[in-house]
Amino acid sequence: MSPEHYPSLIVVTPLMMSFIVFAAGLFNRRICYPLVIATLCACFYFSVTLLARVMQQGSPIHYYLGAWDPPWGIEYVVDHLNGLILVSVALIALLVGIYSRSIAAGEFREEKLPQFYTLFLLQVTGLLGMTITGDAFNLYVLLEIASFSAYAIIGMGEGAAAFAAFRYMIFGTIGACAYLLGVGYLYILTGSLNMADLRDLLPPLYGSRVLMAGFAFLMVGVAIKMGLFPVHPWLPDSYTLAPSSVSALLAPLFTKVGAYVLLRVLFTIFDPTFSVTVIPATAVLGWLGVAGVLFAGVMALAQADLKRMLCYLIVAEMGFIVIGIASANRFGLTGAVLHTVNDMFMMACLFTAVGTINACAGTRNLRDLRGINRRLPVTMGVFVVAALSVIGIPPLCGFFSKWYLVLGAIKAGQWAYVAALLISSLLSAVLFFRVIEQVYFAGHETGDGSKTVIDRIPLSQLAPMVCLALCIMLLGVFSGKLINTVIAFAVPAAL
Amino acid sequence: MIEYLLVKHSYWFYIAMIMVGFYGMMAKNNLMKKLIGMNIFQWSIILYYISIGSKKGGTLPVVITGQAARAADYINPLPHVLMLTAIVVGVATTGIALALLVILYRKYGTLEEDEIIKAIKQ
Repeated sequence: MSPEHYPSLIVVTPLMMSFIVFAAGLFNRRICYPLVIATLCACFYFSVTLLARVMQQGSPIHYYLGAWDPPWGIEYVVDHLNGLILVSVALIALLVGIYSRSIAAGEFREEKLPQFYTLFLLQVTGLLGMTITGDAFNLYVLLEIASFSAYAIIGMGEGAAAFAAFRYMIFGTIGACAYLLGVGYLYILTGSLNMADLRDLLPPLYGSRVLMAGFAFLMVGVAIKMGLFPVHPWLPDSYTLAPSSVSALLAPLFTKVGAYVLLRVLFTIFDPTFSVTVIPATAVLGWLGVAGVLFAGVMALAQADLKRMLCYLIVAEMGFIVIGIASANRFGLTGAVLHTVNDMFMMACLFTAVGTINACAGTRNLRDLRGINRRLPVTMGVFVVAALSVIGIPPLCGFFSKWYLVLGAIKAGQWAYVAALLISSLLSAVLFFRVIEQVYFAGHETGDGSKTVIDRIPLSQLAPMVCLALCIMLLGVFSGKLINTVIAFAVPAAL
Repeated sequence: MIEYLLVKHSYWFYIAMIMVGFYGMMAKNNLMKKLIGMNIFQWSIILYYISIGSKKGGTLPVVITGQAARAADYINPLPHVLMLTAIVVGVATTGIALALLVILYRKYGTLEEDEIIKAIKQ
């Protein structure tokens, strides 16, 4: 278990443990939860160690699986960018894992719990693997591991969840197949699947039509998986109907890891000269981002279901990240990376809070949530912290990433991006103040006389939510340090 | 032109196949037919990968030690190995999709998309 094997252990541990949890669940269901938490703790430890080592040595860690040298073998690479994403994914998976215990117990029949935990760990395996791999085909496999566990786990949800999961699967398979086809095109041209190797081999071929077709397929595939605006219709349904314990894991992480893959395709497999100049991919993405931000903002306003509203908010946030990437300068990309991380925490916070509200009040309909703050003061407090961060109130992390996104857009001279960012901030302010007003102030006239009491929910729900809210504050306060020590090295040097 | 079509005939076949699959996924009302479309879509990509590894006159990629090997004499095994993984992925997709369809059929008694949507909206 020496530290040089951590890059593979971070993927192999949850993968192996998912089978062990399933087998152990056949004999004793109580043992599943401690096993899952131990695994997630181990993953978090590995990710922190890896990021610390990358920061210490200042250069990426390369790990060759089975000691096969690249480009023949599969290579795992940890640099500043995915080190940061790994830590965030592992931390949120751990917190949501702790949170899921009491929520899942209320949502699933007891004999289903081992299956739930198995899928949970497989999901984490896929997400961590997508982040750490340096091989384009390996990324496809891990993407599909994450997607399958998502389809299956969403299908376990309420009401029409199975139908939503089937639709998600049709969309997701088109996305994955498009990505696979794109990788095939690159393979025909270069004979290589290793990202770093592709980067070296591709520049002489930048005029080739096959390469452009391959690039387009890769973009379509990643865009579908990350829920970018015109190909997002699978997202609201499936994440709304998914069980709360699952949507708190899926909704914040999957789309953001998709955004990370987009960054990798644009700036690691291809050179910025290709994705910005040769093919105006960033310009197209930017306009899709603008359209997505505005469309999703308006759609979110129209929702009465709190969770569905958050799902549209995710589509808007993906637009933000893409606008940052489209600015194609240091500020914009810093904003995009920072927003990817911030948004994971903000969405995890909002989804866990809504999951608890749903479990306690039995409804997510905004009209029925009047005065819920008296029964769940801390949960609503956490919700408000995350909401203020999404709007972009200064000491919270959402402000800083939006600041960089706007700076990047101004520097790129794209005033439409600036306008979209600002309008969307206004929209989310309206959105959340409507919720806050409905919950805190609308019930006062009727006043049912109940006193404020501390939330009567298990500590396993309360503690992770409060931790996530604290993370949002800390990320805000220390965002300058984070940018200087990590993100500054994560942005491609050519920009 | 005819020669161009004939030389690349296998690619034209995959394009036709992927379009059939795509049509099935998008336009069919029955969920099972959508699933079959999805399978055709996946298999066309798998066939395409397999075809890019083959060479005219190429043989099995097993090199007997002590003999000089020319790469042109052997088919490229890598795309085939990749497709082993993709086949597993395809089988897993089908498995999960069938499980979801069983749940849907038990719940709504039909696999027609419009009828299920009608039942959900009620």
